[in-house]
Amino acid sequence: MVNDNDEGAYLRVRDLTKKFGEFTALRNVSLDVREGEFVCFLGPSGCGKTTLLRAIAGLDIQTSGTVEQAGRDISALPPQNRDFGIVFQSYALFPNLTVKRNVAYGLENRRMPRAEVAARVAELLDLVGLTAHGDKYPAQLSGGQQQRVALARALATSPGLLLLDEPLSALDAKVRVHLRHEIKELQDKIGVTTVMVTHDQEEALAMADRIVVMNHGVIEQIGTPEEIYAEPATPFVADFIGTTNFVDGEVRPGGRVAVAGVVIDFGSAVDGLAPGDKVTVCIRPEDVRVSDGGSGPGIAVTVTDVEFLGSFHRCHVEPVNGAGFGRGVDFMIDLSAGRARDLDIREGMSVTAALPPEFVRIYRPMGGV
Amino acid sequence: MSEAAARAAAVIKPKVGSEDWIMRAVLVGIALYLTVSIVLPLYAILSKSFKNADGVFVGLANYAKFFSTPALFWSIENSLTVTLICCVIVVTLAFIYAYALTRTCMPLKSLFKGVALLPILMPSLLPAISLVYLFGNQGVIKDWLFGHEIYGPIGIVMGECFYVFPHVLTIMLIAMANSDARLYEASDALGASKIKTFFTVTLPGVRYGVVSAFFVCFTLVITDFGVPKVVGGKYNVLATDIYKQVVGRQDFEMGAVVSMILLLPAVFAFAADRIVQRRQVALLSARAVPFQPRKNPAVDMGMLAFCGAIGLVLVSVLAMACFASFAKFWPYDLTLSLKHYNFDLMDGGSWSAYHNSIELAAWTAVIGTAMVFTGAYLVEKSKGFHSGRAAMQLLCMVPMAVPGLVLGLAYVFFFNAPNNPLNVLYHTMPILVICTVTHFYTVAHLTAVTALKQLDAEFESVSRSLKVPFYKTFFRITVPVCMPAILDISMYLFVNAMTTVSAVVFLYSPDTALASIAILNMDDAGDVAPAAAMGMMIVATAAGVRLMHAGLTRGILARTQAWRTR
Repeated sequence: MVNDNDEGAYLRVRDLTKKFGEFTALRNVSLDVREGEFVCFLGPSGCGKTTLLRAIAGLDIQTSGTVEQAGRDISALPPQNRDFGIVFQSYALFPNLTVKRNVAYGLENRRMPRAEVAARVAELLDLVGLTAHGDKYPAQLSGGQQQRVALARALATSPGLLLLDEPLSALDAKVRVHLRHEIKELQDKIGVTTVMVTHDQEEALAMADRIVVMNHGVIEQIGTPEEIYAEPATPFVADFIGTTNFVDGEVRPGGRVAVAGVVIDFGSAVDGLAPGDKVTVCIRPEDVRVSDGGSGPGIAVTVTDVEFLGSFHRCHVEPVNGAGFGRGVDFMIDLSAGRARDLDIREGMSVTAALPPEFVRIYRPMGGV
Repeated sequence: MSEAAARAAAVIKPKVGSEDWIMRAVLVGIALYLTVSIVLPLYAILSKSFKNADGVFVGLANYAKFFSTPALFWSIENSLTVTLICCVIVVTLAFIYAYALTRTCMPLKSLFKGVALLPILMPSLLPAISLVYLFGNQGVIKDWLFGHEIYGPIGIVMGECFYVFPHVLTIMLIAMANSDARLYEASDALGASKIKTFFTVTLPGVRYGVVSAFFVCFTLVITDFGVPKVVGGKYNVLATDIYKQVVGRQDFEMGAVVSMILLLPAVFAFAADRIVQRRQVALLSARAVPFQPRKNPAVDMGMLAFCGAIGLVLVSVLAMACFASFAKFWPYDLTLSLKHYNFDLMDGGSWSAYHNSIELAAWTAVIGTAMVFTGAYLVEKSKGFHSGRAAMQLLCMVPMAVPGLVLGLAYVFFFNAPNNPLNVLYHTMPILVICTVTHFYTVAHLTAVTALKQLDAEFESVSRSLKVPFYKTFFRITVPVCMPAILDISMYLFVNAMTTVSAVVFLYSPDTALASIAILNMDDAGDVAPAAAMGMMIVATAAGVRLMHAGLTRGILARTQAWRTR
């Protein structure tokens, strides 16, 4: 998963394990972050993403494994001997200090001349667009503004690494989308290497250069948002990012797979599997091709329900032949508004659903998704 | 792969920074203070109870003597009897009083809240003296006792009820405040009657509070010394026995034995209370909606009458003491004069005692607050060092379980030992300060912990990432933000240092006599009116400090805590 000879890595994590008593929160986690990169740790709550961030920060040092930053082994160092700025979900702004004093907090301790501190604070407030609010107290600001103060404070000392622990999750949906762009822009502008923890896949897809998907204390996949979405390495990733249909299948001779009573040729997707293997076939709802009834290639299905979701329609379908898709799960097909109009899709209609091999991923049966 | 495996196996030992060492050193320092000021003295008194007057180990001989002397072991029964009676009376009264304050639309609520807290301002000796004026041989309303004597169980119960009422009420108020209006709405919607709602919603909601109040009341009464000392008469209880054995008969070993026996119920009540409080936590969810009482003229007026009656009693007791301190020669010449305030002419009292009390209270407030808050901060916010922090937490809870008399006597044994280098402290002001800080450590500590828990847990993480040393953040952020709690702690310590008798009664010297001790001695010498006068001085001082505290808190909230308002 990780190229051990990645010379360009700014942050290098190797075999990180963190135990809390009997519980293992992280198990042999390794990853690299390149200089100037924006990396998201993404996963459900309890997957270990925050534990990993806190180990990198030195706030809760790992049980075993190493962390290197800019070629320096910082594995055992306390936070004050590392080089990072951090923004917490709660922001942890000092309530009794003004916005300016909050931002200046780390600078004042460095024997910087007062004029220089003031200049740097002004520069940062300008950067986050809060120049007018410098003399207010945090409680007098909105959530989004508080978040930007926290960001300015973390960046004030020009750290080599910026750590963001669920920085947006305390905000309203609208503000969140807006700030998401702002943070990303800011990061592009100053080029600081950034690691962000989030449980929101949309946030990760929109902001990250690379995403680290985690589950149960291990890394499931590392990749660009496109890779993660289009080629999920595991069923967990397929399920966690976006929406995916899971269908039970069985491998037949000749690279073909029996799905819902129909045998389909999936070509190279079946490589490495032997006839008789039980498999799980995954395809995203928007990748299913639908044509009017009849006997084209694909599975004849009946539409049992249509949900109108704004820009697209989500159809729930069942095979006509009654074989079922297995697993007791709905099979969903997303149709753009235009396509739905063309087909005049309605409940009770019969259509043919084709599963294009290039969009299908086949996994060996899995434990629990 | 083998290299990777080797790396994986290497356990990382976090480097402990210089800051962490400072934190640990201070934490260990405070833990050592508590060890010297409570653990070692307790050990000294325990071992004393197994020795004879010559310091030779005699096993359980002293205990055998205690249990074979009826005059001694009957005190156990006496103590338990009056204590349990007090608990039942006070818990019931405080329950209704708290119910009236929180769950009804009774008028004058804040007045009644204030009146109920009056007893906190006085040493328990003072209400007892007041009872003597009311029901004693020359008492104003002596007849109300139908020929019974105030000296004895009746007097003790009456005095203790007065003395512990505000403490029990405070717990009740907290328990009642934690109510969820949604439960009442649900009960209403389901058509339950008021009575049924009371038994199915109100009572279960406050049951932990009631139990906790019961235990606190139990501990306060059984360990109190002031009331039985003044109105106990021939009715011996454990607390006065300790005093009599040590001061009257100079039998230190028997004093130690009685102390150990008094320690048992106190420790038991303390442990039970902690267990109950731990359960209370989970009771109220964050989404609870505060209960808003609705008008109900019959109930509101009934409650007004009840609270009025209680309030009248509380005020009368104080007023009686006040009047007695100004009356020229009770009960023959009732013209007002200040002659009883001329303490320097009295046996066992002097103005210097009052000044010593102020000095003790000031030192206790300053040193105690600094130590308690720093200790609580380190327990709550330092990193790693789990064993040290756990030990400290335990040490902080010990003082609450130890009755003042036991603590004071333990100090005699520990600090007066010729081979203890700390014995230079004996009979000085510092030992009074140490004893008083330690005596009231636990409540102050819990107040500080509560305030600290409300701070964002990541302040320390942020300042570490900004490379600001923890002590700068402590003084620039933690202390200013917690200032209201810090003022609460210092006021609590000041007022208690003014009013305490039990712990310091064994420790003062002629040079360091205290106002509360002067009350005791003047009362013993028959100068009851001057004793009441000294009591009034304490009440006035404590009330003044409370008012100052209220003003200061308001001022600070307005000025330095501008951030609290939007």
